[in-house]
Amino acid sequence: MPEILTKSRARNVFYGGSVFFVLVFVALTAQSHRYISRTSTAGMPLTDEVRLGKHVWERNSCINCHTLHGEGAYFAPEVGNVMTRWGVADDPEGAYEILDGWMKAQPSGIEGRRQMPHFEITDEEMRALAEFLRWADQTNTQNWPPNDAG
Amino acid sequence: MKYQSQKVAYAYFLVAMGLFGIQVLGGLLAGWIYVSPNTLSELLPFNVVRMIHTNALIVWLLLGFFGAAYYLVPEESEREIFSVKLAYLQLIILVVGTLGAVGSYLVGIHGGREFLEQPLWVKVGILVAAVIFLVNVSLTFLAGRKTVITNILMMGLWLLCLLWVFAFINPDNLSLDKMYWWFVVHLWVEATWELVMAAILGFLMLKLTGVDREVIEKWLYVIVATALFSGILGTGHHFYWIGTPGYWQWIGSIFSTFEVVPFFAMMSFAFIMVWKGRRNHPNKAALLWSLGSSTVAFFGAGVWGFLHTLHGVNYYTHGTQITAAHGHLSFYGAYVALNLAMFTYAMPMLRNREPYNQVLNMASFWLMTGGMAFMTFTLTFAGTIQTHLQRIVGDYYMDVQDQLGLFYVMRFGSGVAVVLGALLFIYSMLVVRREIIQPGPVAAPGE
Ligand code: HEM
Ligand code: HEM
Ligand SMILES: [Fe+2]
Repeated sequence: MPEILTKSRARNVFYGGSVFFVLVFVALTAQSHRYISRTSTAGMPLTDEVRLGKHVWERNSCINCHTLHGEGAYFAPEVGNVMTRWGVADDPEGAYEILDGWMKAQPSGIEGRRQMPHFEITDEEMRALAEFLRWADQTNTQNWPPNDAG
Repeated sequence: MKYQSQKVAYAYFLVAMGLFGIQVLGGLLAGWIYVSPNTLSELLPFNVVRMIHTNALIVWLLLGFFGAAYYLVPEESEREIFSVKLAYLQLIILVVGTLGAVGSYLVGIHGGREFLEQPLWVKVGILVAAVIFLVNVSLTFLAGRKTVITNILMMGLWLLCLLWVFAFINPDNLSLDKMYWWFVVHLWVEATWELVMAAILGFLMLKLTGVDREVIEKWLYVIVATALFSGILGTGHHFYWIGTPGYWQWIGSIFSTFEVVPFFAMMSFAFIMVWKGRRNHPNKAALLWSLGSSTVAFFGAGVWGFLHTLHGVNYYTHGTQITAAHGHLSFYGAYVALNLAMFTYAMPMLRNREPYNQVLNMASFWLMTGGMAFMTFTLTFAGTIQTHLQRIVGDYYMDVQDQLGLFYVMRFGSGVAVVLGALLFIYSMLVVRREIIQPGPVAAPGE
């Protein structure tokens, strides 16, 4: 490597540059944090029910089969827009009923078809889960996914 | 082995290899469930198998890094490790935590953030182990000779342990949760772990090729500078569609494109050092793994990463089998193969032997690398079809998956090759046999 790039110069560029990029990154994430809480997820209030729903989602590790906003496992369909796909994104009662019916029908037991397990979820939790999925569905995700198939 | 305390690395490597075995067997089972979906569906559902697969991966890679640090820091610092007892205590905590995590997954107790599913007590255990580790190696480092290799290694290890704090931060707001989740996941593999990788690769090149330390050190700073300059803002390639502002599409696309540079630099570095080096080190297998690691990392992280990193492409490929293809080849090249290179290099010294069974070890390299490459190709084809049918045509997810069966069968086949390769590797490390290659001097004077 050329001689102008001495070891100590390379080191200083590394330290100085890294600090610079960390600062820029921190500033941008702070701005993004505000944008998320005030704008992109503000379409529906973050109620206790939605919180409980998120907890139910996590407790059952749904993420290790499904994607949510495109992140997770690739074994089962996207659920960030499932309420839109089911046509109940603006209908809490309908969302609960269709989700409850779906969950109770699992596992399907159909030979050769991927199986979704049976989960122990109370009625209150099921309502919360439906609200959580509706809440996620209304997030401004820059028009992702490209279509309702998810 | 110049310092007695380097021996703790042996215990770390053994546990790491055990978990490596569990990881690939878990992967094989997950791959089989794709082929034959009713397998164990009531007893051991796919999500549990997947958690075991990914968690075992992360833990064994970290154990490998910790072991590598305990091997490398004494040699570079020219002194014994501050406390051998603490090093074993750290290992015990991590083993108990890992067994505890696997046990609780099997009975259905787990969190629900991908890769960070460990129960809280295990997360705390990992934190305690990390603190013990940092204290132990830092005191060794501070008291001894400071080299660029240890400098960068220490920096990488400190930062990656600090980022673990974000594993405890789980906001109720899903989009915030996702944003901070990437502080662990992306800033590990595409920033801090790269520093660890560069340091270990630098150490291996120093030992295996005999190139001057000065030359290696200058390269290392350039590599890690390009890694952090691109990788920090490159986090933006995960902030396209999760509720974060639109400007990340440009920041993420531009900076993550530059993330290819450090991987290209590490590959060039390894080859140029070998080409310049005068030393003919007898441990040919370690050299093969080192060169292989930097090359496959370039393809897995660099080429397969770039493939879907521009926001216009990612809009369609996000969360498909393309992601799985990239995840496999990048992790394998950058971190699995690098750890196996370090094990291959250090084991003969740790067990007080000349390099042995190198032919088997090298065969395992080709079997594993061939298997992972084939797996990546099949998943990339599957992902391309999936992207077209689901994201462009708009067919329903399950209908599309039904058409991908052939690729999943081939993925399972390549998984069998990987498992055989992994078992062969472990066998060649542990079962001592007659030497196959005539040993030369293991380390020339001066190093
Ligand atoms: C026997 C060989 C292997 C097989 C059959 C296999 C199979 C699988 C399967 C089926 C999944 C779940 C994908 C999904 O969510 O639908 C997975 C995930 C994953 N595996 Fe493997 N795997 C193998 C080896 C490995 C190795 C060696 C590594 C590390 C280099 C690895 C790293 C990962 C990672 C990081 C994920 C998560 C991917 C993501 O979220 O994008 N696997 N694997
Ligand atoms: C060794 C380094 C790397 C490793 C181990 C790695 C691993 C992974 C893994 C496991 C995921 C899936 C995460 C999830 O479950 O959602 C992922 C996603 C991604 N990676 Fe990497 N990666 C590396 C480097 C890179 C580089 C250098 C680039 C770009 C040039 C890149 C671009 C991406 C993109 C764009 C995604 C998101 C995919 C999606 O939208 O679904 N990666 N990476
Ligand atoms: Fe990333």
